[in-house]
Amino acid sequence: MSSPVAARFVGSAVHRKEDRRLLTGHGQYVADASAPRMVHAAFLRSEHAKARLNSVNIEAALSAPGVVAVYLWSDFHEKFGEAWHAMLGQELVVPPPLAIMDVRYVGDPIALVIAESRALAEDACGLIEVDYEAEQATVDYATAAADGNVVHAAWGLPSNVMVDMPFTPMSPDLDETFNSVQHVVETTIIQNRYLCVPMETRGVLASWVPGLEELDLIVSTQSVHETRNFFARYLGLDEGAVRVSARDVGGGFGQKMFVFREECAVVLATKLLGRPVKWIEDRLENLTSAGHSRNELGKVRMAISADGIIEAITVDHVADVGAYTPCPAVMDPTLLPGPYRIPRLGFSTQMVWTNTMGKAAYRGPWMFETTAREMAIDIAARQIGMDPAELRRRNLLSLAELPFTSPGGKVFQEITPLETLEQALGMLGYEEFRKEQAEAREQGRWLGVGICVYVEPTSMEQATLGTEGATIRIDSNGKVVAYLSTSSHGQSVETTMAQIIADDLGVAYDDVTVVQGDTQSTPYGPGTGGSRTAVIAGGAAHDAAVAVRDKVLAIAAHMMEAAPEDLQIAEGVIAVRGTPDRSLTMKEVATQAYTNAHTLPGDVGSGLEATIRFKPTRFPTWSNATHVCVVEIDPDTFIPRILRYIVSEDCGKMINPQVVEGQIFGGVVQGLGGVLYEDFRYDPDGNPQTTTFLDYLLPTTGETPLIEIGHIESVSTTNPGGFKGMGEGGAIGAHAAVANAVGDALAHLGVNVTSTPLGPEDIFQLVQASQKERA
Amino acid sequence: MNDRTRVRLTVNGHAEQVEVEPRAILADVLRDNLGLTGTHLACEHGVCGACTVLIDGEAARSCLVFAVQAEGASITTVEGIAPDGGLSPVQEAMRDCHGLQCGFCTPGIVVSMTAYLNTHPNPSDADLKEAMSGNLCRCTGYQGILAAARQAADRMNASS
Repeated sequence: MSSPVAARFVGSAVHRKEDRRLLTGHGQYVADASAPRMVHAAFLRSEHAKARLNSVNIEAALSAPGVVAVYLWSDFHEKFGEAWHAMLGQELVVPPPLAIMDVRYVGDPIALVIAESRALAEDACGLIEVDYEAEQATVDYATAAADGNVVHAAWGLPSNVMVDMPFTPMSPDLDETFNSVQHVVETTIIQNRYLCVPMETRGVLASWVPGLEELDLIVSTQSVHETRNFFARYLGLDEGAVRVSARDVGGGFGQKMFVFREECAVVLATKLLGRPVKWIEDRLENLTSAGHSRNELGKVRMAISADGIIEAITVDHVADVGAYTPCPAVMDPTLLPGPYRIPRLGFSTQMVWTNTMGKAAYRGPWMFETTAREMAIDIAARQIGMDPAELRRRNLLSLAELPFTSPGGKVFQEITPLETLEQALGMLGYEEFRKEQAEAREQGRWLGVGICVYVEPTSMEQATLGTEGATIRIDSNGKVVAYLSTSSHGQSVETTMAQIIADDLGVAYDDVTVVQGDTQSTPYGPGTGGSRTAVIAGGAAHDAAVAVRDKVLAIAAHMMEAAPEDLQIAEGVIAVRGTPDRSLTMKEVATQAYTNAHTLPGDVGSGLEATIRFKPTRFPTWSNATHVCVVEIDPDTFIPRILRYIVSEDCGKMINPQVVEGQIFGGVVQGLGGVLYEDFRYDPDGNPQTTTFLDYLLPTTGETPLIEIGHIESVSTTNPGGFKGMGEGGAIGAHAAVANAVGDALAHLGVNVTSTPLGPEDIFQLVQASQKERA
Repeated sequence: MNDRTRVRLTVNGHAEQVEVEPRAILADVLRDNLGLTGTHLACEHGVCGACTVLIDGEAARSCLVFAVQAEGASITTVEGIAPDGGLSPVQEAMRDCHGLQCGFCTPGIVVSMTAYLNTHPNPSDADLKEAMSGNLCRCTGYQGILAAARQAADRMNASS
């Protein structure tokens, strides 16, 4: 039977449903919300990276103007229950809402002040006297494992090692291969500490209603359902007694995936006070206390044959997880071989605690495997005297040879690594660039090109992540409302899901309303993150829409005395194929279903609603891309400037090309920012050095290049739409592409670029060191 | 500290009178006293541009202006850019070119772009890059924002 509907919206760049309210100042972010009798919160935070708290005197703060309460750990002790996330498991407990006896990073919250305004709460924080007994902090994660200063000594832990996985050869002949190949390349790649930095900081409006015994939270989160379930456990409430909502969220990028200790403190405060408490984080707090990312290093070894075949790759990996990690998401070493035909793998991993802000998820949290491999490939190419594009070309997988099982156990299907490499090199004109570069060097200009090829595991299955839910209803006016398990913080979910649903139901895009981010009306979901909405929520939206369509057709068939399979739906009108004068509007069918339901035969059913949970046919859904970056470095100022940035990507079928490209643009600029401009620094005592936007430099229009995108669409079979996730890829690919471009621009000076950041000062130091070495 | 001062403003064409602390910043007064929550605060130290409003027609960061300094001024916020309930050429261009994702920086972008194009009718692409470099966005990589500035400039030119 042919489909009763024809696709019209999937694949096109329709206007976003989100835009009118956001463009006219009518978005609804947490800071915009208020409640009767609301009071405001501010945290007093530690000025020391590691210190005993001898005493905390809150007397002056308590009597300051407008102060309602000042809370310390002793006020919250025994007032809360379990503090874990379903996605991360029960072992990873959110740290106590306030410091107990000691502080372990600069920013560790010590006291919570509640006052009639945010300014008065901040004033009172300044009146709290803390007697610190400072101790030697552990700041450098590269040496933390052997450091006798133990971050969590107060918990009785013997060392700073959180996780220690010794070297594991995934192939039996690993040593033999390294002993027998022509080239062994060894290099240590270091990725600097950089951060999510959503433009909206964290925030929560928590309202405990005494008598009603219910908790209402409006919170800047990527996951309302995880937050709801967390606080139900935390306060020992039924999930039905906790409502969490987030209409508009001003960016997350991983930071807002999980509940933070500050939100716990605010929830405890509203419970104790019986008044709504609002906390809106300031930028200083967001930069120092809302989770840090990247900051990993790896010693990479590659065994390469005489003709440039990579026979083995290994890594010894160390990641900094800070003092308390909201989400210890670090490199996945089994992904180290990436989209290459590398047959052998081995790795070790160590995660270490330091007296710094803890690790949080950030767009592609496992991405150090890409950074390490792709930067090492450029070092290897230079060492063996082969062009880095050619070395990649000889080893990359192509669509025709799939499926391929990697030594890390990954089964790659439906990806196009070699194809995207060739497309991206073609877009650049790689051979011509090499000529231009040689000529430029003659003239004393430093040009370089960098390549990064990666494969991205989207729509993964871990814990809660494997499914999403959708409830779709046709209302009594024949319009469609979709209640989705997703949250939105910039991904255009209201738009893309409406495109899918409108196509499946044969209605106008404008006739679909998407509701999400509210636990009271939407099905359970793990939240928006991990590049999974198109695939999994898109699958749920599709299946639910088809189920509702079947109900529409059944009722319409009864009303028109036709067979359901003879009907088609277009523009919201249900008609008998070939007999267009026999038709019903969606509203007429809805009227029948709602107001004359009793006249329908039993086998037709009366409802125009369906709820579906969707699970892809397999995990993960792979997507892939190649990034190519061209930089020029000024030999006098050492300032790097990106001249061209090219992405060839394959995210399967695109729901909305403009949204796809927007996701790539944003990710790329975050990635290049992390190499060239952004770098969160601590001094040796653990004092943050980059605490404003004048020190922590986000890219602006001034530094950002035009980004050129090529698409290859190899359709995925994990889901009915053929989609693949793609929200994180831009940020994954950009780091190594930019670093390699800088490395290529400096290669003729004998510089090997193995670490980031690469600002003018860093490049100057690299050039100086190389010149000293050569002299 | 808590002594309040009367400030008279015209906001989006309406005469307003508020009693505020001398230390109250204009952004907080617009948001908290007048309920105009379209003006967003993202850094509160004058770098990001999210809180940009027009003060007597000129773009200003409302986190760096005390409300008392705006006494007698005419303020336009993002809510007042297209007062008829529609979208201005800048807002339309931002929508057409996908110049926004999460939307948090967007009010400042819309106001800054409007202020610039009102006084620079014939900008080059390089001019637009420079003009928009004072507004931080973390989602779009600025591609859609710059494309929107181009479209809005061209359309405003064509219709003038």
